[in-house]
Amino acid sequence: MIAENLPALQVVVPLLAAPLMVLLRRGSFAWLLATLVSWTAFAIALALAFKVREAGPISYAMGSWPPPWGIEYRVDALNSFVLVLITFVASVVAPYARASVAAELPRDQHYLFFTMFSLCLAGLLGITITGDAFNLFVFLEISSLSTYVLVALGRNRRALLAAYQYLVLGTIGATFYIIGVGMLYLMTGTLNLADLALRLHEVHEMRPILAALAFITVGLGLKIALFPLHFWLPNAYAYAPSAISSFIAASATKVSVYVLLRFYFLVFGMPLVFGRLPMAQILIALSVLAVVSASLVAVFQRDLKRMFAYSSVAQIGYITLGAGLANEAGLTGAVVHLFNHGITKGAIFMLLGGVSLRLGSTSLERVAGLGKTMPLTSFGIVLGGMSLIGIPGTAGFISKWYLVLGAIEHGYWWLAALIVASSLIALVYVWRFVEMAYFRAPEPGAAALGEAPTSMLVPAWIMVAGCIYFGLDTGYTVDGAHRAAQVLLGLVR
Amino acid sequence: MSLAGHYSYWVTIFLMVAGLYIVIARGNLVKKLIGLGIFQTSVYLLYIAPGKLIGGTAPILDASFSTYSNPLPHVLILTAIVVGVATLALGLAIVVRIREAYDSIEEDEILEKDRAGEEDR
Repeated sequence: MIAENLPALQVVVPLLAAPLMVLLRRGSFAWLLATLVSWTAFAIALALAFKVREAGPISYAMGSWPPPWGIEYRVDALNSFVLVLITFVASVVAPYARASVAAELPRDQHYLFFTMFSLCLAGLLGITITGDAFNLFVFLEISSLSTYVLVALGRNRRALLAAYQYLVLGTIGATFYIIGVGMLYLMTGTLNLADLALRLHEVHEMRPILAALAFITVGLGLKIALFPLHFWLPNAYAYAPSAISSFIAASATKVSVYVLLRFYFLVFGMPLVFGRLPMAQILIALSVLAVVSASLVAVFQRDLKRMFAYSSVAQIGYITLGAGLANEAGLTGAVVHLFNHGITKGAIFMLLGGVSLRLGSTSLERVAGLGKTMPLTSFGIVLGGMSLIGIPGTAGFISKWYLVLGAIEHGYWWLAALIVASSLIALVYVWRFVEMAYFRAPEPGAAALGEAPTSMLVPAWIMVAGCIYFGLDTGYTVDGAHRAAQVLLGLVR
Repeated sequence: MSLAGHYSYWVTIFLMVAGLYIVIARGNLVKKLIGLGIFQTSVYLLYIAPGKLIGGTAPILDASFSTYSNPLPHVLILTAIVVGVATLALGLAIVVRIREAYDSIEEDEILEKDRAGEEDR
């Protein structure tokens, strides 16, 4: 009974926890429930991933209405991989959030924070698991609306403006997406993604389909923060509460990339997207611009959170680059980078949360001597930074390796060289932190502040350990990403 | 299929572009949200209008009805309206908080105050 309803429970458990938290209005209870829910969701995601690996894709008819009439939840090698990433990040961030939220928010807002956190989790999981284009839009808005609230909870008043800008651009993005879906529906009469893929072949040549592709690309591009649609991202990441910076940096944009991959490869299909239209060239050009320009901007940031937020824009560029390469190695690189960048950025933002808790700020001047005052935190940030650069032995190296392979397979030697060269820019901004933290004397009095609370440090270091572990043992990540790439290319179902 | 025959699409496109223009061109945060609302409303029309057939009824299986309008767009758009209301409500709530924090809802004034406060960050 439970085993066959796992796809529904994946979304329903966090969705139902949210109103329960509002009814009980207790911060500590809400935290406990949010943690339990995240762990349950992680267990469900692992069970689903295991089942998919053993027995192939799962199709779940919501309310027993058979697809394509009813809403279908569909789990395959690609989205079960994304589900595991999101739930893993959530189940590490939730325990971390207790101390972080207690320090950053007034007591009476604690239960609301965890309510929004659960809703956001439910939304992201729903986007990932659903096989219905309109259902996807609803979950997209659930996760987005809760993210706007969470960003607005930040301590600094700039968080409000960041949330407002995110709301406006996010809504435009979601509306563009739904315009595209509307056109697809007008032309095919179906909203089921698998059914859409079948019927689109009949109307491939018609202009509304091309317009739909354009609208969906721009809409999702806004959600992904694909260069040049990334303006909302740095402020949202920089001013949101620390727990949320790490959660959305690790999950929200990744889920949107997944949706783009699904639409490009499994709905519109490669002959239209990469054959008839020059989407590969467009994606590669935008990705290269994102990687280079955002990395350069990151170098000149004075605040660490903003620096790593711009670095996120660059790292997302690597993921879309892999999508644009559209071959097995490139897509493996893209999907594995979803995971690797998720845990790397999650780790860095969690550690920065500890910094901002102790020093009251994450500006570069204030972290002078951090290597002495908070040795574990700053060493963790350095390890995370190494993974961003892609030093061998870290998770970031694995993804870049596959991206370079993918580029070489196309004969794009300049691109392979550029991927390596852009890593050097990452080295520059990570080095700026290292220089401040290890080669400057700490401010007087800073030594007395000590390390971040253990309840924040342990989850953050679990993520850091992940960055190293998945750089050494790639059995799970590369294997999973490779299967996902094969699903995208239609080599396996 | 003439230009006039597609008039519902013209209305849709006009609303869409007008809404988007307001979001981009206006500096007042409330006006931006109004533009956003108009932009979202245009999508309701995009879905609803093609679902209607002239003379079509609700899909009631009865001998006296033969032409049916598509009811599915209505259901979808009911959901989209709820989403739109929630977005607008949340947007306005954030604007209220911005007004309390900055004492202004004009984008340029707020950015000016942020720049002035750059040092005390």
